Amino acid sequence: MSDIEVNAGTPLAHVPHAQAIGMAVVSARDGVAVCTVPYDEKLVGNPMTGVIHGGVMTTLLDNACGVAVGSKMQSMAMIATLDLRIDYLKPAEPGRPLFARAECYKLTRSIAFVRGTAHQGDEGDPVATCAAAFMITGIAGFARPA
Amino acid sequence: MTTPLEAALLGNGAPGGRRKADLAALLEAIPYCRFLGVKVDCKGSEITTIMPFAPHRIGNPVLPALHGGAIGAFMETTAILQVAFDAGGPVLPKPVNIAIEYLRSGRAVDTYARAVITKLGRRIINVHVDAWQDDHDKPIAALRGHFMAAAD
Repeated sequence: MSDIEVNAGTPLAHVPHAQAIGMAVVSARDGVAVCTVPYDEKLVGNPMTGVIHGGVMTTLLDNACGVAVGSKMQSMAMIATLDLRIDYLKPAEPGRPLFARAECYKLTRSIAFVRGTAHQGDEGDPVATCAAAFMITGIAGFARPA
Repeated sequence: MTTPLEAALLGNGAPGGRRKADLAALLEAIPYCRFLGVKVDCKGSEITTIMPFAPHRIGNPVLPALHGGAIGAFMETTAILQVAFDAGGPVLPKPVNIAIEYLRSGRAVDTYARAVITKLGRRIINVHVDAWQDDHDKPIAALRGHFMAAAD
C-alpha cells in the first residue's frame, strides 16, 4: 500500500478549486482519507441560516473520495469521477469546519469504489454520506495499477 | 423586514400574474453562488444557468479539467433555482439527496445547465439537470435530485 505524502492539514495546492474553498488533507493512507473545509462566509448557501451550500459538501466529498483512491494506488495514475451520490442527512452547523472521511473499499484495474461520510467533529453524527465510483485513467509514462 | 433573499424568492411578477422568483437577485443573495460565479438567463419560463470559466474552478490542472465538485455544485444551484421558480415559496428548497453522473471532462470553458422538474410534489420535488459546454447534445454531467419545498 502506498502513502500519499501529506501531513495534518496539508492544503491541496495542486487542485485549484479545492484550494479556492480552503480544503486541506488531514490524512491519507491505505485507501482512507480525511479532508476538511473551514467555515467561510463565502461558502454560505442560505444567508438566512448561515448554512454552507450543498455544493461545498459535493466538492469536499468528491475530493476526499479521490484522495482515498490515490492513497490506495501503487503507482501514479489520473482518476476521474464516474458518479457521485450524496444523501444530505442534516444541515451543517454554521461556524464549524466540515470533515469528510472517505474509504476506497475496492480498487480494480480500471474502477475504484468509494464511500464517504461528512461530519463536523463527531463521525457518529454525520451531516452527509456518499457513494462514488472513479475511473482509473492511466497517463503516458505511468502504468495502471496491477 | 424583508431580506434580499426573501425579496428574491417572492419576486415581483407581472400585475395580476403569478409572482415569480427573481433568479438573478436570488443568485446575488447567496454568497456561495457569487463565489461560484453562477449567472442566469431567463427567457420566459426557460431558465439557463451559466458558470463562466475561471481558473479557480479547475480540479485537474494537467488536462485541464473543471473540478467535479464545482460542476456538481453548479448543477445543484441550477436545480434550486428551477425549484424556487416553479414551486415558489418564501424559503429556499433544501436538497435531500443528489446523484451526479459525470459524462465528459469539463474543459476550461464556460459551462451551461438546465433543470427539468420531473415531479412537483407537495413536499418533495424531483429534478433532473443537464450540464454542457459547446454542444448541448454532448452533456458533460447530469444530476438527479430530490429537494424539499417547505421548511421541515
